[in-house]
Amino acid sequence: MNRINQKMQEDKKLLSIYFTAGYPSLNDTVKIIQDLEASGIDMIEIGLPFSDPLADGPTIQNSSTAALKNGMTTNILFEQLKDIRKTVSIPLILMGYFNPMLQYGVEAFCAKCQEIGIDGLILPDLPLAVYQDEYEAIFKKHDLKNVFLITPQTSDERIKQIDDASNAFIYMVSSASVTGSKSGFGNTQETYFERIASMKLNNPQIVGFGINNADTFNQATKNAKGAIIGSAFIKHLTKNGVNTISKFVSKIR
Amino acid sequence: MNYNVNEKGYYGEFGGAYIPEMLYPNVEELRQNYLKVMAEPEFKKEFDQLLKDYVGRPSPLYLAKRLSEKYNTKVYLKREDLNHTGAHKVNNTIGQILMAKRLKKTRIIAETGAGQHGVATATVCALMGMKCVVYMGEIDIARQAPNVARMKMLGAEVRPALSGSKTLKDATNEAIRDWINNPVDTHYIIGSAIGPHPYPDMVTKFQSIISEEIKWQLKEKEGRENPDYVVACIGGGSNAAGTYYHFLDQKEVGIIAVEAAGKGVDSGESAATSALGQEGIIHGCKTLLMQTKDGQITEPYSISAGLDYPGVGPLHAHLYKSGRGEFYSATDDEAMLAGLELTKLEGIIPAIESSHALAIFKHKTFKPDDVVVISLSGRGDKDLDNYIKYFNL
Ligand SMILES: Cc1ncc(COP(=O)(O)O)c(C=O)c1O
Repeated sequence: MNRINQKMQEDKKLLSIYFTAGYPSLNDTVKIIQDLEASGIDMIEIGLPFSDPLADGPTIQNSSTAALKNGMTTNILFEQLKDIRKTVSIPLILMGYFNPMLQYGVEAFCAKCQEIGIDGLILPDLPLAVYQDEYEAIFKKHDLKNVFLITPQTSDERIKQIDDASNAFIYMVSSASVTGSKSGFGNTQETYFERIASMKLNNPQIVGFGINNADTFNQATKNAKGAIIGSAFIKHLTKNGVNTISKFVSKIR
Repeated sequence: MNYNVNEKGYYGEFGGAYIPEMLYPNVEELRQNYLKVMAEPEFKKEFDQLLKDYVGRPSPLYLAKRLSEKYNTKVYLKREDLNHTGAHKVNNTIGQILMAKRLKKTRIIAETGAGQHGVATATVCALMGMKCVVYMGEIDIARQAPNVARMKMLGAEVRPALSGSKTLKDATNEAIRDWINNPVDTHYIIGSAIGPHPYPDMVTKFQSIISEEIKWQLKEKEGRENPDYVVACIGGGSNAAGTYYHFLDQKEVGIIAVEAAGKGVDSGESAATSALGQEGIIHGCKTLLMQTKDGQITEPYSISAGLDYPGVGPLHAHLYKSGRGEFYSATDDEAMLAGLELTKLEGIIPAIESSHALAIFKHKTFKPDDVVVISLSGRGDKDLDNYIKYFNL
């Protein structure tokens, strides 16, 4: 069974971390992944940096720009990850924008992911319809789970379509925003979290955007299966470097 | 060959809507409504009336006698420079502000490079009493100060885009992020024939008034509707799309595009997208764009802020790939000289963007009896500083 599906069956709330590969330094990727697993993180989103990350706020924009300046490329990331499955067993997801994948070649990219042991992909600007028309068969052939986003503005009808097309989990964007811009959840989020919970979807939901401490983690996972922290972790790396990752994690859970 | 957008939003293989799910409701709302709204008699009436009384349309089709003599062919200039606010951009912002009102939006955002689209947007927002935020690269804010002042005077808030190269591409990113953050009350007025479907088609249709007028104006002057060539500069491609639109299916009309070569196509400082670009995704659209082998979007360069964009609208990518359009590029120097030449020969100071179209004569020789219509997309007031510096005036 795919590692993500297995993980979703564990009887606990899941904590997932996003980081930008190549940041703070080009070769931090493997150490960050290993330290996150050692700190008890359940799942990791490895960000492939992009020059124009439309859905990201300043924190992830800056880490992406820095990573590219450090020299990160798709090939280098694959090279860094080639032996990752010798030491790491939690689910690994690549998160990035569609253009770098398109230039690499979708089929070749998926084959490489499978070879390395990547379990899934999150591509915010690859829309559902295009995925289904053109790429679903390729993803499936390489046992890659594709993760779709939903937001408070997504209609019930579309959420059901996305649920049908999903085979791992649904990424619930907590509020109408780019990454890293809101702190704390209000009534809108409560209502949204409850609305989604009451839909009894087939796929578990993991909440992302705006999770930055134990409070927001607990709120987000009251109904959902887990939560993803991105910008708050990047900020921690910016301030403290890569040697105190477990300290960051212990403050969340 | 079909040059209209298909059901799914593609011109040939280019177009589509490669957007994050956060934008899906907004873009989908627009997609479902834009054609319906544009077909409403009330909408058409209001649009036509404003173009006439407020923008000053029809814009003249002017036979440029001395320019024609010099290049031994018959040159007409489509005078978009005479529009209110000084460029073709206002045709689109009038259309889109009326669209935004029909969709019950109360807040407008826009991106701008040279500031022409920002000014055109701020203008229609003042006209309609709508809140307006314009994103502009920090570098462009510095090099287009008069337009920044105009936008502010018109009541718009100008927000600097601080990321990336701090020019048009980054201003567009910031506007898209704003739309993600404000999904309910806001309409994004994109300024060129770019972005996710239905934007390229909607902008093209609003700009198509240009070729609609050329047809009857030419009929009056030449006894025929179709010129031998239509020529336009291409940044994202809105003045070009409007200039070509009604001629796309007329095989006898040659379609000519002039991109900005900057310091030379191979100099590393260029914005000649068709020559330098590969297929990819930029700002929600599959098209030709300048990028690294790794799929990172690269920074373009042109002396003209309005052409300083690493992509090109999907219609133009299709015209290029299918061979329907002839694509050329003009360097900074060629454009500046062509701009000065028009000034001396005809008493018209063109926008530097439009000067690129005028530089076609350095690249192509026309026959004496050819009728060549060039889109004079904007006037040069905003560029005086640049002209002064370049020619030591
Ligand atoms: C006068 C003028 N012409 C042309 C352009 C280029 O845009 P487009 O290719 O959309 O016509 C601009 C953009 O700012 C402009 O101001």
